[in-house]
Amino acid sequence: MSFLTLANQYQSFDFKTYFNSIRPEDVQKTLDRGAGGLKRLETRDLLTLLSPAAEDFLEPMAQTARELTCRHFGQIISLYAPLYISDYCSNHCTYCGFNALTAFPRTRLTMEEINREARAIADTGIRHILVLTGEAPAKTPLSYLEAACRVMARYFSSIALEIFPMTQSDYQVLHRAGADSLTVYQEVYDQAVYKEVHPKGPKADYAFRLLTPERGAAAGFRAVNIGTLFGLGNPKAEAFMAGIHARYLEQAFPHVEISLSLPRMTRAGGAIAPKHLLPDKGFVQTMLAWRLFMPRLGITVSTRESAAFRDRIIHLGATRYSAGSRTDVGGYAVHTTDTTAQFEVTDTRTVAEVADMIRNNGYQPVFKDWEIF
Amino acid sequence: MEDRLALGDRYFSSRLLTGTGKFASNSLIGPMLAASGSQIITVALRRVDPKAPPQDNILSHIPDTVTLLPNTSGARTAKEAVRIAHIAREAGCGDFIKIEVITDMQYLLPDNHETLKATEILAKEGFIVLPYVMPDITISRRLYDAGAAAVMPLGSPIGSNLGLEMKPMIQRIIETSKLPVIVDAGIGRPSQAAEAMEMGADAVLVNTAIATARDTAIAGRAFAMAVTAGRMAYHAGMAGHSNRARASSPLTGFLRE
Ligand code: SF4
Repeated sequence: MSFLTLANQYQSFDFKTYFNSIRPEDVQKTLDRGAGGLKRLETRDLLTLLSPAAEDFLEPMAQTARELTCRHFGQIISLYAPLYISDYCSNHCTYCGFNALTAFPRTRLTMEEINREARAIADTGIRHILVLTGEAPAKTPLSYLEAACRVMARYFSSIALEIFPMTQSDYQVLHRAGADSLTVYQEVYDQAVYKEVHPKGPKADYAFRLLTPERGAAAGFRAVNIGTLFGLGNPKAEAFMAGIHARYLEQAFPHVEISLSLPRMTRAGGAIAPKHLLPDKGFVQTMLAWRLFMPRLGITVSTRESAAFRDRIIHLGATRYSAGSRTDVGGYAVHTTDTTAQFEVTDTRTVAEVADMIRNNGYQPVFKDWEIF
Repeated sequence: MEDRLALGDRYFSSRLLTGTGKFASNSLIGPMLAASGSQIITVALRRVDPKAPPQDNILSHIPDTVTLLPNTSGARTAKEAVRIAHIAREAGCGDFIKIEVITDMQYLLPDNHETLKATEILAKEGFIVLPYVMPDITISRRLYDAGAAAVMPLGSPIGSNLGLEMKPMIQRIIETSKLPVIVDAGIGRPSQAAEAMEMGADAVLVNTAIATARDTAIAGRAFAMAVTAGRMAYHAGMAGHSNRARASSPLTGFLRE
């Protein structure tokens, strides 16, 4: 059974009524079971922890989340940086500044430019890289991506890909070229909304995208990072779907490290106004619920979030932060003037500043946590 | 004769092995080692970065007098574990290697089958191999045949702090193993470390409980004392422990005379 079967089952589920039926006593019961991480929380518990009733239990949830994270990951935040190598895209995602309808001069870095960017990032101490492109296989074919991975392998101990969904065999080629991790967000699990915001282009295929993490895990990636873009669908339902997707992957691919991200749209940035803003409180509740549901889950927080907010949520279950990020192609070393960025970086601190902040919070910034072998 | 722990051709007076992961800062490692007297410390090779500035390079926080025990954390197969061991040796981390092959990220339990395969290969290459395994008598015998220097059964899953969940199985390994038995993982409190030592374990490895304590140096010291106390209790041949029969004359020996 693929995750598609499970995802389909929930399309008609009445989340709203169910969430509203949960009482404080239910939340307390789930918390009692989840304390100490001794008993595994079930799907029902995840719904409970995401419910409006659980909003009054954020402090005890945070205490447990902190303890579980500390035990399983230590007082540690791993660091990485994103590297956008191409912004060509044939998709029509209504929420994205890179979409095919937006007219702006597009860029694709040459290998020599990738080398320069990689060196600039490596000079800041970063050892884990996340490579990003839009979806334009004609511009960034497999051979291009493979060559890019080989360049990156000279500078980094871990190479994660956030590119367009590929077949398992294409992923295997990139895995052999040095890539070890895969990031792919479903953007939105609700199929009706998915259709609405992905009107055209290869991304319109919901199922192909949904099963991408499975193809990646089967191709041999050691880590897979998934997520939903908060702002498109009902946040509580989306948080639930992302959570059970992570649990599904953890069980189907026990040798793979699974992590979740919480990218969220803001009122200002982006091409369209988000329908459902995820407030800070909802962000925190989601993170805590996921942590209690999956004590060993990686939780990634990007520089989309503000410096002040990132400083606080270190203690709430996060395990990985990006730092010193540029989200425009060539932003680290190649271009001197600003070009179009996919999303605005809100935490603009340097890698060294983020590392200091982590230390000041009593955590260790870890630059290297993998070895390409 | 001094009661020392023998691993390969090396002898250690401390029976507490420690780890480098999970500390809030690498600068806590040195004081922890000094306070605990631990002489062997495990380091995940995946965390070692010789190119990093000293404060971020774990190795620069470990005094030369302490033996490095690189581990193969991150390996999913015997082949990967062997590869990591080679990288560790090339990086100047010495000949000790703790084999950690984990194929279940949900519970972080070791894969005995792949671990045995890696042990066979690395022991032949002259490594002092310390394999981390699920407690199982058969595997502990096979590891002996494969040339391991010790067997490291887990007390309970890594980071669980559940103590000796596997106690009956570990007891059997202690009774039958020709190799030193080092209880690794899951020991959350000094009393649990003492319990393992009282049972006759040759050493314990404690990482999470020390690294995540509010005062890591004092926690290290507490574990060291517990290990010593447990070892003394074991030698004292106290009632209720399996070594009592071995330590004193069999009660019915006269019948054979
Ligand atoms: S979200 Fe990705 S696929 Fe969609 S338009 Fe933007 S870059 Fe292209």
